[in-house]
Amino acid sequence: MPREHYLNATYGIRSWLLTTDHKRIALLYLASVTFFFFVGGIFAAMIRIHLLTPNGLLVSPETYNKLFTMHGVAMIFFFLIPSIPAVIGNFLIPIMIGAKDLAFPKINLLSWYIYLAGGCFVLYSFSTGGLDTGWTFYTPLSSVYSNSAVTPAVIGIFINGFSSILTGLNFIVTIHTMRAPGMTWFRLPLFVWAHYAVSLVMILGTPVIAITLLLAGLERVFHLGFFNPALGGDPILFQHLFWFYSHPAVYIMILPAMGVISEIIPTFARKEIVGYGFIAGSSIAIAVIGFLVWAHHMFVTGESTYAALAFSFLSYLVAVPSAVKVFNWSATLYKGSISFDTPMLYALGFIGLFLIGGLTGLFLACLGLDIHIHDTYFVVAHFHYIMVGGAVMGYLGALHFWWPKITGRLYPEFLARIAALVLFIGFNLTFFPQFILGYLGMPRRYHNYPPEFQVLNVMSTAGASILAVGYLLPMVYLVWSMRYGKVAGPNPWPATGLEWTTDSPPLTENFRVTPEVTWEPYDFRNRPELGLQVGASLAPAHGDD
Amino acid sequence: MHRTGELYGQFETLEQQKDSAALGMWIFLVTEVLFFGGMFMTYTVNRHEFFTAFGVGGNTLDIKLGTTNTIVLIMSSLTMAMAVWSAQTGRKKLVTTFLILTLGLGGVFLGIKGIEYKQKFDHHLIPGHNFDISYRVNHPEPGEDPQLLAAEREELAKAWAADPNLNSHAQLYVSLYFAMTGLHALHMVVGAGLLLWLLSQAVKQRFTPSYNTPVEIVGLYWHFVDIVWIYLFPLLYLIDRHR
Repeated sequence: MPREHYLNATYGIRSWLLTTDHKRIALLYLASVTFFFFVGGIFAAMIRIHLLTPNGLLVSPETYNKLFTMHGVAMIFFFLIPSIPAVIGNFLIPIMIGAKDLAFPKINLLSWYIYLAGGCFVLYSFSTGGLDTGWTFYTPLSSVYSNSAVTPAVIGIFINGFSSILTGLNFIVTIHTMRAPGMTWFRLPLFVWAHYAVSLVMILGTPVIAITLLLAGLERVFHLGFFNPALGGDPILFQHLFWFYSHPAVYIMILPAMGVISEIIPTFARKEIVGYGFIAGSSIAIAVIGFLVWAHHMFVTGESTYAALAFSFLSYLVAVPSAVKVFNWSATLYKGSISFDTPMLYALGFIGLFLIGGLTGLFLACLGLDIHIHDTYFVVAHFHYIMVGGAVMGYLGALHFWWPKITGRLYPEFLARIAALVLFIGFNLTFFPQFILGYLGMPRRYHNYPPEFQVLNVMSTAGASILAVGYLLPMVYLVWSMRYGKVAGPNPWPATGLEWTTDSPPLTENFRVTPEVTWEPYDFRNRPELGLQVGASLAPAHGDD
Repeated sequence: MHRTGELYGQFETLEQQKDSAALGMWIFLVTEVLFFGGMFMTYTVNRHEFFTAFGVGGNTLDIKLGTTNTIVLIMSSLTMAMAVWSAQTGRKKLVTTFLILTLGLGGVFLGIKGIEYKQKFDHHLIPGHNFDISYRVNHPEPGEDPQLLAAEREELAKAWAADPNLNSHAQLYVSLYFAMTGLHALHMVVGAGLLLWLLSQAVKQRFTPSYNTPVEIVGLYWHFVDIVWIYLFPLLYLIDRHR
């Protein structure tokens, strides 16, 4: 371990709570998103236990509505959206581009405090009556009729949005103005490209949910009528405004994970990524096209056939850049020298589960099919495959891949592989039955179901208990490794990328001397210092053509 | 704490620092466009849906005050630009002068807005139980032109005939009026705060041709707030105007 690094540079609670070091801020976020993951996870556990019997085992119907709402709000706004960008992105982006910190370190810290403030309002809402509107806050239930604590929740999410916006702003400016000499746009790691695309979505989409929730909140508090049909307002307008952000929001959740996979696959295939330009471009394409598909959440609201046609077509279109990534990752694996370290297990799991989740999204985008499976467990399974099988596995893969860099220590590899396997099995057992349930017609957000669906529901709950073990294991051994793990050294894998040229853990200022970049990304051939035996069977390095 | 004008630790050069600050402010303004945009969208959809009621609602606004405010705000953008120019050309005393003028004009704008809001209160046009679009014609002020009043009564009668829910729909208009101009006014108050901070630096003659980034980026913000009003004014005051 280096003698001085960012963790021991200064001591005391103030040096952490008032830090402007992007790496420390990343760890502050790690603690808070993990907390909200627990909050959301507890609600999920209660849902699954409740659904063990057809008439519901645990709670009243009204309480059940609160469970799935609070599960969604906690997981989406306070875990998934910040997770990779605020933890991994914050930590890595300056190092990956050769900078000492982000462009606006104090705004970075402010982002975290804003996140906490939003979180406090939402926790207050959860503990004083809860929330029963669904995370989608459809009006006029949310703005007029609900008797739950909607107003503080809406305030909390509004505030939290600014955390997202400021993070995105910080990333965009940093990537534009603070790249080290020689770090041209097309030498950037694909993780950085992914976060650039995510930041575009964050800054363009989040303000819209902010104003939408503000209007809904004003309606609730001052009895205005924007979305209340009794006063001439339009609930469908709310849905349009809400989904205009909330669809791009799902790309905020998946794009960073895709960036992570683009880093892990070449490393553990010991091979340059295939189609760098295509992967970089597809991130931008997903971000752009993602803004054009929102009304596919509204196919059964009575929108015109022509509108539905357009949104269905665009929804199919947005799958193309995602598929481009999957093809390129697969091509990278082909004839690579593959090892199954834990990050690779998560990355391979991601590819398979994201594939299923993405394809089932296309089933939903098909107008005729959507009539039958809209608002059923098919949708629930679809988005959990992407958000859990995709985004969360990407997050865990990232945590494991960069854990040596963040902490200077290795996690226990054997136990970690077991945990990844347990997670994969638990995940599929939880959510695959839900595809079948949805197809058979079980509606979502219902506290009960017909008795013939019980077997599949019990399977799903059993899977959830295994999934929980898969989540708890890393929490235990990662913490254990911070004290007792083997010392990692700067580049344990080894991987290309500027971050692996720094100490593990890095200095506060990341680099002693500003690096000058003369090599292409993922160029395993021309980096003898990585100690890899590069044979003729590997693909030619970029630039050899 | 850093003194303004120094190179912050994360940057390599002052130019990088300046570029970052400017790009950061531009991106922030983009987010503000999207923020106001959601409300503009709501307004547009409702204006289309309830054209009659929104026409009646729009005519309750005082065109003289609105026009004055528009001119005041455009002038404040001019004085702000002059402040930036003064800083860039080393006219340190003028920076202070123009910042004070900008603040003053901003204050005039907010004052006139306050008068307009008070008018709404007097005419029972605050959204809620007492909202009554017909209140003004039924309780005219003494000394009002009887012909204009009669024309207004006739307009209102036609509107009621066209839209039996006129009161509800006009209330939608006024709700949006308060939401949009209120959000705009809030941004102006924030802008005034930024101007005060700039002023505190300008009186110490901190801004020079080689260091004037804060003036420039606050200028960008102020111009943005002005542009939002340039959109609000025709949308709220000028569409379907009868008087």
